[in-house]
Formats: sequence, structure tokens, C-alpha cells
Amino acid sequence: MAEPHLAGGRPPDVLLAQVHAAIESGRALCIRGSGSKDWYGEPPAGDLLDTRSHAGIIDYDPSELVITVRCGTPLAELESALQASGQMLACEPPHFGAGATVGGCIAAGLSGPRRASAGSVRDFLLGAKLINGRGQHLAFGGQVIKNVAGYDVSRLLAGSLGILGVLTEVSLKVVPRPVAETTLRFDGVSKADALTRLNQWGGLPLPVSASAWHSGTLCLRLSGARAAVRTARASLGGDAVDADTAVAFWRGLREQTDPFFGQAGALWRLSVPSNSASVTLPAAGPTHGPNDGPNDGPNDGPTGGSTDGSTDGPTAGETEVLIEWGGAQRWLKTDLPADSVRAAALAAGGHATLFRPAAGSTRQAPCFARLDPVIAGIHRRLKAEFDPANLFNPGRLYADL
Amino acid sequence: MDISTDHATSPSTARLIGRLLALVPADSVLYTDEAQRPYECDGLTMFRALPLATVLPSTEAELIAVVKLCREFNVPIVPRGAGTGLSGGATPHAQGVLLSTAKMNRILQVDVQARTARVQPGVRNLAISEATAKHGLYYAPDPSSQIACSIGGNVAENSGGVHCLKYGLTVHNVLRVRAVTIEGEVVEFGSAALDSPGLDLLAVLIGSEGMLAITTEVTVKLIPKPHLARCIMASFGEVGVAADAVASLIAAGIIPAGLEMMDQQATRMVEPFAKAGYDVDAAAILLCEADGTREEVEEEIAQMSEVLRAAGATGLRVSTSEAERLRFWAGRKNAFPAAGRVSPDYYCMDGTIPKKRLGEMLIAIQQMETKYDLKCPNVFHAGDGNLHPLILFDANDPASLASAEAFGVEILELCVKLGGTVTGEHGVGIEKINQMCVQFPADEREQFFGVKRAFDPPGLLNPEKCIPTLHRCAEHGRMHVHGGALAHPELERF
Repeated sequence: MAEPHLAGGRPPDVLLAQVHAAIESGRALCIRGSGSKDWYGEPPAGDLLDTRSHAGIIDYDPSELVITVRCGTPLAELESALQASGQMLACEPPHFGAGATVGGCIAAGLSGPRRASAGSVRDFLLGAKLINGRGQHLAFGGQVIKNVAGYDVSRLLAGSLGILGVLTEVSLKVVPRPVAETTLRFDGVSKADALTRLNQWGGLPLPVSASAWHSGTLCLRLSGARAAVRTARASLGGDAVDADTAVAFWRGLREQTDPFFGQAGALWRLSVPSNSASVTLPAAGPTHGPNDGPNDGPNDGPTGGSTDGSTDGPTAGETEVLIEWGGAQRWLKTDLPADSVRAAALAAGGHATLFRPAAGSTRQAPCFARLDPVIAGIHRRLKAEFDPANLFNPGRLYADL
Repeated sequence: MDISTDHATSPSTARLIGRLLALVPADSVLYTDEAQRPYECDGLTMFRALPLATVLPSTEAELIAVVKLCREFNVPIVPRGAGTGLSGGATPHAQGVLLSTAKMNRILQVDVQARTARVQPGVRNLAISEATAKHGLYYAPDPSSQIACSIGGNVAENSGGVHCLKYGLTVHNVLRVRAVTIEGEVVEFGSAALDSPGLDLLAVLIGSEGMLAITTEVTVKLIPKPHLARCIMASFGEVGVAADAVASLIAAGIIPAGLEMMDQQATRMVEPFAKAGYDVDAAAILLCEADGTREEVEEEIAQMSEVLRAAGATGLRVSTSEAERLRFWAGRKNAFPAAGRVSPDYYCMDGTIPKKRLGEMLIAIQQMETKYDLKCPNVFHAGDGNLHPLILFDANDPASLASAEAFGVEILELCVKLGGTVTGEHGVGIEKINQMCVQFPADEREQFFGVKRAFDPPGLLNPEKCIPTLHRCAEHGRMHVHGGALAHPELERF
């Protein structure tokens, strides 16, 4: 087993000095690792604070299932240290760029194909250190799996897009890599059928670790003990996909290099209950043929639209759908107005993120769905408590935060 | 209206009670000492107090009305679930209202296809799994008190259980919490989807010990019941060897469904009571469970057995029936009641340490047994390093009581020193509030108060729990210097 190089304890002096200077000058900071996710959220603003000088693995003992790492460490370096010990980050986070850092991964809070079965970035965050807007370097949580001392501030930082402070160090729970893995492919599966199957399988003790449906093809990844994968494969049917092809396919989904993401239109991420059959979009954005069943396509719009499976719907066209996470994450490529997409997601019990604007265009709407007023009030007060002078990534999560 | 309370007769209290009686049915407001006696403490009986009134709303609307009234009177609210908590999180506030959610105990909806259940906060943990078993589903977190504890309390404490190494804590198994703020506003944290826009407030709410908002509805994730589970009981000649075996299992890439350790004092205490079939001659035993399909369990049991043997196990017994497996666990889950049988009183600790320090901790506890002249059997959630030493003492003997408390403090502070935490799953409540001063410096504690203010600006929800003030920590520091004097002599002990 390869021993990772341990960087040892060292305070984030450079970062602290920069924060203190910002407090002094009152000039906002744009916290940034490699910039691989500059496009995510509202536009970055402020003087650059580059976290990459604060890098290195601090502590990693595989039998503890915990790794502690500085936030400027490349995500790839962290992953290869884990791989060398037969472990991994279960949330399978996307990199979106070769230099992606651990801090960026936590701050963006984005999880990959394994999320529905294994959990999200925040689920594996055990402890975090951050520099707050008073220039204090604070430690929350710790390096143990069970810890309920004080409020769980660490997990609050996952997905916070840096608005509460500068992350300097995190401890993450890690898991053993599965012994066996197989990807199965099912062709000629309608969307409705895919959602039904995915939700049924979710209720059975099967080792499903990822799923994806697009354009009639359903892919299912099984991971776990040899016997579990073998038995599941036998009971599910489908065609086994060659291992290298499968690895490339799931990576393509995670990193959004899959051809689906290259199509025209803005990229929307819909997070909805896994069994929402119909995310009802207005008729302006047709998707599916008549027999496609419940859909993310045209319905109830101003021009009429159709209900699931009826024959008078518009023909396939402008909205493309890719389903992941057993039905709970749906990607849309569409030119529909933001309000329509958001209303549809809300009606289905979820929310919609304008993940990336259409190629060559700027954001036509806020990145994230509007907050409930009470929730928004808590956000404003939290921001003021962590960052009273509004120094950190102002406006990055919401324009007014 | 004539309202006679025994301990609080101020006109404003009488007015408060009068107004409460107008909001909820008369049998849902308790205000005499006698009626409130059952609510004067939770599972941590060392701290007791009588609140101004105890209110048991039956609906969210009643609960909102009560909260608004308390806000109007500027009276603290202490939320209470089933009252099984072990850290005094639901210890009443003498100038406040105790708000029990015990009557809000309906399962509102089970969505079999989406594998979720929407329940009221007073629903018992085990009742969710019982109600969903016919669909082949269950709710994973299983604290030892699961037959009695409520899901609202689980949310407040971020409860774990013996299977959380593989299946996670409450925070990993709750999708949405509907709650009422101190201003009486209804707010939903999380959603029926896997995430929500904005900051992850749900993650902060879970485990916040009723200090940020009051839960009125919880949507939990249900997971498929494994076809089969089998449990290995492994015997070891030395506790240190057993601790190393735990590390060997994890290093071999195995995440057991449950991985528990008991030392010989614990097995000998439990065995006559639970008849679990434990090897009482072993210095320590490990319970190590595999679950899944039949083939998967066979494969994993074989692999675990091999690792345990190589790690020095002197004997292995694999459960051959579901009844035997449940007996193995019944012994473990009944460790606390068994302690109550062999000793007039016991004090259950709840620290977590990195697993590699387990052996060191056990030796230190043995030395403390001599130092304080008290017995301390040990049960551990070994897979995640969460310790439950049970200090046996006699509360009628003041010296024994003082020793037990000092013993507990020394264990918790050693947990922090070894890189761990003063509470793995029982919460800070009022019990470990002084040890929070040891674990968190002043700046961190002030940031915690900032979180509290963001959710509860007037600071009326379960005040004085969980996060110690600067003043309190200064007091605690001084007591350390003077050595051993009991904190807060005004409070009843044990």
C-alpha cells in the first residue's frame, strides 16, 4: 500500500493575511481554486484569493475511513491517494477541469452518478476549518464519523459557494472501492418505463450504484460484493457493457463531456422526487413522441399541450432530457424560459438550477431557484453572522447575499 | 379563571396558563407540580426542573399558537419528544414552557414507490419500520431506545444506532423537516427531492437539539430490507487485540452492517439478564454483522471470519438463525438496563475517538477504575469509534456520586485529547455543556451562537443547552483549578 505524502500541520498564513487585508480595506474577495467551476453560480466578483498555496494531505489512515486534506489540494491528488489504498470518495464528485481542488468540490457541493445510492458531498463531510469574516480560523466537526458536539457547521459549508468563509481544511469520510462492478444496458426503454423500473429497483436490495436514461436507453451500474453483483445481474437481464466503455460513459456523465451535454440550449438541472412521472413543461418545448408516457415535455401550456402518453402532443424537438440518480436528477437541454422550467420543477416537488447557459450566451436568469422568504431570512442572517462585512464571494450564491 | 400552580404563582404565569388553556384543550396543558412531575427530566435523570407549564399540542396549528404565545410572553420553549434523550436536551426550563410533541404521533403518508414516509414528530422510531415492513422497506437508524424514542427527538439529536457505520445517521436518512420557527412561521427544510436550493440548512437543523426550530413533520428515506443478515460473535483474549481486529476488518475493505465491541465486564453484566449466549470468558467480544442477499452474506461472513481469525480471535460463532442473531443484538441493546440491574445507578458516557486509539482509551479507563474505585463496563460502536462506558455508582453515597462525575469528565476530556469528541450520538444537552468548553475555543463557540441567532433571534428555543457561554466556560476553567467541586450546586444530581 502506497503511503501518501503527509503535509503535516501548518496554519494557512497566506490566506489569513489576505483575509485580514480585505477586512482592513473592505474590498471583497473572490475565493478560487483552479477556477474549474467559475461558471457555476452567479458571476464571481472581488479580488482573487487563490487557495492553491494551501495544499497537501494532512492525515490519512485507511482503517479510520477518514482523510484530512487542505482545501487547495487538487481533487485528483486526493483521489489517487485514496485509490492507492483501495478507497474512494463515495459521492463521486465532478471535477469540471484538470486542476479542480478539494475546496472547490466542497464549496460547489456537486455530487456525481453514485449520489442517489451513496450520498452527497455533505453526507461525507465530517469536519471543516474556515476563516470567517472576522479573520478567525475556526474548526468545526472533526475526524471521527460520529460527532454531534455543537451545530453541524461543516455540512453547512458544502454547497455554500464560499459565501460564509474561506475553507482551509476538510475531513472526509471515505469508503472501500467496490470489489466488483458491472454496467448493464437496456435498449428501447421509454422514459415512463425507465422511471417505473428505477423506482421499483430502488425498493429492492440490489447493489445499484448509478443509473442513467436518455433517448430510449437505460444504463445501470451495479457495484459491491462479487456475489451481489453477479446475482443482481442475473435477475435484471440487460446487456453487460465492456468495462472500459462503462468507465468512460459514467465519467462522461459526471464531467458532462457526454454528447448529451453538447446539444443546443441552456443546461438545466432538475432535482425532483425520484418518482415524479411528469415534470410538466409548457408546449413551447416539445420532447417526446406519443408513446413516451409521463414526460418532462409538453403539457398544459398556453397553447394546449398534451398529457402523458396522448397522441396530440408536439413531436420531438427542442427539449432533451437525461435522467440520473434513479429519477431524482433530470438534466434538460432547452431554450424554454426560466420561469417555465422553474415552475415545472416546483410543481413536481423539486427545484431547477440553470446549470449552464446556452453556449455563447450569458445567464438569462439567476442560477438557483428563489428561496422561500423565511429560508431567505435565515440565509441573510447566517451570512451576516459569518461574514459581517460581506467580503466573501458576494452575490455568488444569490445576487443579494 | 382560577389557576393554582404550586411553584409559580406570579400573575404573568397565571396569565400565560390562562391563555394556553384557551389555545389547546384543557387536558393538553399541565401546570400543577404533580401533573408535571413525569416531565421534570428526560433520560438524564440527574437534572430535574419543573417548567411553568407543559403543553402537548395535537396539531401543527395548536403548536404554532403555543409558540406565538410564548414569543409574546418572551418565555423560553423547551421542545420534548419521547423524553428518552440521555444528555438532558429536554430538561425543562424553570421559567419556560415544555412543549411535548408526543400527541403528534401519526404516520401521514408512506410513498412506497419513492421509498419515503412522512410522519409527525411524535411517531416512534421503530413504528416507522413496523409500518413499512410489509413493503419490504425500513427506516435505517436504530438507536438502542428505538422502541420508545420519537423521530422528532432523533432529528434533534442526529441519532445513530448500531447499524450507522453502513447506513448512516439521522442526517443521512431524512429528506425534509417541516418546522415552526420562534416567530411561529412554518418552514420546510429540505424537500422530497435529494437537495434544495441555497445553503443546506437541513444539515444544521438536524442535531441542533431543538434550539433552532420545532419539528412538526419529518420525511424520512426508507431503504429495502436486506434478504438476510447474519452476525459473527468473535472472542478475544485481550481488548487491545479486539480493537486491532476492528481496524483489520476496515482495512480489508469490509464495512460490516454492524460492528460492536463489549468488554468482559459488559458481557458478564449482560449475560445473566439477556441470555445472549456471549462468551463470558473472553476479555472482549466483537459482534460483526453482514447483510444483503444470501450469496452476498455468505461471501462476506467467510471474508470477515478469515480476517478476524488472522487478527487473533480465539473463537468465532456465526448466528445460524434469525432468532440467534437477534439474541446477539438483544444483549448489546440491553446493556444499559443490565447496568441498572447490577448497580444502584449508572452513568452512560458517549465519546468518540479515532479507532486506532481504542486500545489506549481502554487502558486509561481501567486505570481510572482504580483511581475512582468504581467499575466501568464498556460497550462500543467499534466501527465508528463511539464509546459507551457505563460508570456504575451509588447515588445515595455522595462520595460515589462525585467520583462518578469526575470519572466521566476525565473520559470525555481524554476523548478530545485523543482527537475525538465529547458526544458521538447522545448530544450535549445540559450534561456535556462544560466539556464543550474543552472541545471548542471561544471563537468557535461564538460562531455557534451566531448560527443560533440566525434561526432564533430572540434566543427563546431551548436556551442554555448545547453551547456554553463565555462566562460558563470561565467558571468551568476555575473549577478545574480548584479541583472537583461540583458545577451548579443548585441543580439536583443523579
